[in-house]
Amino acid sequence: MSEPAPQTSPRPNVMQPKPVMLGSQSALDTEPAVARSGIMQAIARGERVESRIHDAVAGEEAVLGVENFSLFYGEAKALHDINLVVPRGKVTALIGPSGCGKSTLLRSVNRLNDLIDGVRIAGDMKLNGDSIYGPRVDVIELRKRMGMVFQKSNPFPMSVYENVVYPLRIDGIRDRNVLDEVCEKSLRGAALWDEVKDRLHSSALAMSGGQQQRLCIARAIAAEPEVLLMDEPCSALDPIATGKIEDLIWELKGTYSVMIVTHNMHQAARCSDYTAFLYLGRLIEYGPTEAIFTKPLTGETEDYVSGRFG
Amino acid sequence: MSTLPARPVETAPKPTLRRLSNPHHSNRARGEPMLWLCGGSLAVCLLMVIGLLVLVFWQGIGTFWPHPVVQVRLADGSVRMGEVSRQNSFQPSTEQLAELTPEVRAQAETRLVDGWSSRRQFRTGNFDLTNHHYYWVPDYLVAEESNPEWAVLIERQTWGRFYGFPAELRIDGKAVATEPSAVMQRLQTELEPVLTRFHRIEAIRKVEIGGLAEREEDARLAARAAELRYGKDSPRHRAAVAEFEKVAADTSDQGARFDDEIRELQRENARYAVLLKTADGAEKELPLDAIVRIYAPNQLGFAGRVGVYLDRWREFLFDSPRNTNQEGGVWPAIFGTVLMTLIMSILVVPFGVLAALYMREYAKAGLVISAVRIAVNNLAGVPSIVFGVFGLGFFCYIIGGSIDSLFYPERLPTPTFGKGALIWASLTLALLTLPVVIVATEEALSAVPSSMREGSYACGASKWQTIQRIVLPRALPGIMTGMILAMARGAGEVAPLMLVGVVKSANELPLDGAAPFLHPSRSFMHLGFHIYDLGFQSQNSEAAKPTVYTTTLLLIAVITVLNVFAIWLRSRLRRRFVAAQF
Repeated sequence: MSEPAPQTSPRPNVMQPKPVMLGSQSALDTEPAVARSGIMQAIARGERVESRIHDAVAGEEAVLGVENFSLFYGEAKALHDINLVVPRGKVTALIGPSGCGKSTLLRSVNRLNDLIDGVRIAGDMKLNGDSIYGPRVDVIELRKRMGMVFQKSNPFPMSVYENVVYPLRIDGIRDRNVLDEVCEKSLRGAALWDEVKDRLHSSALAMSGGQQQRLCIARAIAAEPEVLLMDEPCSALDPIATGKIEDLIWELKGTYSVMIVTHNMHQAARCSDYTAFLYLGRLIEYGPTEAIFTKPLTGETEDYVSGRFG
Repeated sequence: MSTLPARPVETAPKPTLRRLSNPHHSNRARGEPMLWLCGGSLAVCLLMVIGLLVLVFWQGIGTFWPHPVVQVRLADGSVRMGEVSRQNSFQPSTEQLAELTPEVRAQAETRLVDGWSSRRQFRTGNFDLTNHHYYWVPDYLVAEESNPEWAVLIERQTWGRFYGFPAELRIDGKAVATEPSAVMQRLQTELEPVLTRFHRIEAIRKVEIGGLAEREEDARLAARAAELRYGKDSPRHRAAVAEFEKVAADTSDQGARFDDEIRELQRENARYAVLLKTADGAEKELPLDAIVRIYAPNQLGFAGRVGVYLDRWREFLFDSPRNTNQEGGVWPAIFGTVLMTLIMSILVVPFGVLAALYMREYAKAGLVISAVRIAVNNLAGVPSIVFGVFGLGFFCYIIGGSIDSLFYPERLPTPTFGKGALIWASLTLALLTLPVVIVATEEALSAVPSSMREGSYACGASKWQTIQRIVLPRALPGIMTGMILAMARGAGEVAPLMLVGVVKSANELPLDGAAPFLHPSRSFMHLGFHIYDLGFQSQNSEAAKPTVYTTTLLLIAVITVLNVFAIWLRSRLRRRFVAAQF
């Protein structure tokens, strides 16, 4: 990928409208043989690809809006002009093959990518109308408005209780009543209360993997986030723990707006309302989960969700 | 992809054949030689370390064991008596044999085996009479050998050990007991009050008279301070001088009274003396208060020997040294070593951790940080004496000198902080061990998983909150490891300490009951320097050798105890922070 600087990313040959060039397959031997509408070839040629956004998305109220967002790791462009609207109170899944930029996009939402040297961005995101990448944004305050759950559970080396109330502790809240209340509420919210209520003050590291991940969810929802970001939360868990987390996501829906990255197509189908398909840093298609899985607008999406590539 | 090997089923016997035909290949493949090389290297390292420890332990542990006293009559008629301290074989030179009288020589030659003979080193003591502590006695010269029942060993306040026979116990110059058994019996009852009086004299000298001198010195300093502050012959100065004169008169009155008391006690003690005979017939009168310990080694049973052994250990561990450090205990040195090491650890750990935090967490990785890191690592290679010179020049003279002229002008020209002191020694060693702490802390910080940091940032924590609440607790065991290494390095260091505060003998401990309890400006004693002093600075290094081993053993033990304490602390922390991950 040899994209130049972000300013010049809309190249002159954008004109090419959604090319359908079945004939040129042989020129690209790295591409899967089943590519149908030619988006792969267009990407390989470095052309701009328009996302296919289903009309149903337009009717939703946005909690998070991604506007023309691009991201570079040094010279390599990892995200290409993403436009995406995350609806309030719904679960939005990001799917796509490894390295397509799902996690990068998710980590861009709470600006965790700032920690990595050499990351540049173009475009902006809006959280409930407030700019995320604006020049006067306080990143610390911004992150407090979101919760994040990581691929590998990362409970802190402290007690269960302290783990859950960590976001409040760093805000300087010391009132025992408030902390107790939030702890119970969050643990109940993460369907963990009954299992750990008797050992709130033992080490969080002594719990099982599934419990640790639910603890991380409890921690993420402790500060009442406006949007909950989940980066493949079940990839390190066994099917039973996965089932519990999926049930939990289903329950969190409505109260929280969830954005979840997943490798597991079934998981996306089971627990999300909307699904976005990303490929090589581009948003290919975005729409209601049912539509994406049953009658997608592009052949690439169909191939991916039906397991023919990726 | 097109050059896949043929399917294994078809060529199944082939690998077996090849392996059999080339055993070296299979050996290398199994990595056997490397296993032996790695294991062998470890074994050699362990062997050397364990060898050193066993040597030190073996030599050090036996120093205080009371051996039987042997008396030998030599061919030329002279008599030697003492404890056998060493034994080896040697080849007497022809000159040595030529010096002997013909009949002795003929006898000696019959006892030589291929020109070799064994010989024993006798610790004969009685340095004041013979000017020797030791004699080598070749076996071929020994005409007669015995373990005299009434040979006694006396450890004295001065002049070292005495080996001889008790002849008389004298009170006021009159003999009250003349038989050895009677003398020893009588000694049991008479020695105790004499020693009590002796210790009372010591106590008066140190506590009472020392206190008076201190009071007088304080008054003199107050007068001097008033002079510096308000000018000579100002009313305040005159008042202070008057006060000083009053105190001086008072203290000299009291001092005279204490002197009288001491004289009285000394006169009483002088009445008691014991007359001793050496093996070769010389007589020596010894006042009882010069005796530290007296026993008849050849009469001691096993329990008695253990008793003497343990009592010597007690004296060694808890008493002050006497007789220019060659005898007595090393308590001030133990105390100084431990205290200095602890202060050094308290100083070095915060410094090192903060520096490492900046390098690892805050600074942008790049050329400058790499250069700083290399510089810090190389700091560990600077000879420690250079740190000592720096400490002397910077801490003692510049900083200490400034403190003196600012806060203690009345004491000048006598320096208070502007000389070697506990605090400067600790600071110098802290500087010396700083690289160890920085490197270990950096390792520990980089071992904290980035998922922890990200989790904390995602909760909205600031950088410092993340460091303080997540990174540091997680890195604490590693930081403790750095502290343990620094302590081990610092406690064993001697060269720089000689310049910045360690002395051969210190009258006062740096920590005592007088306010402000910890006296950072005092010089102190150190086990490492004590070893050097005993081994290389005493006139009688042969006699000091066993004590050198014992002191080394003790230093190793002290460092081990300090380390075990730190390791225990670390394992407690580790249990808290890294509990069983599923």
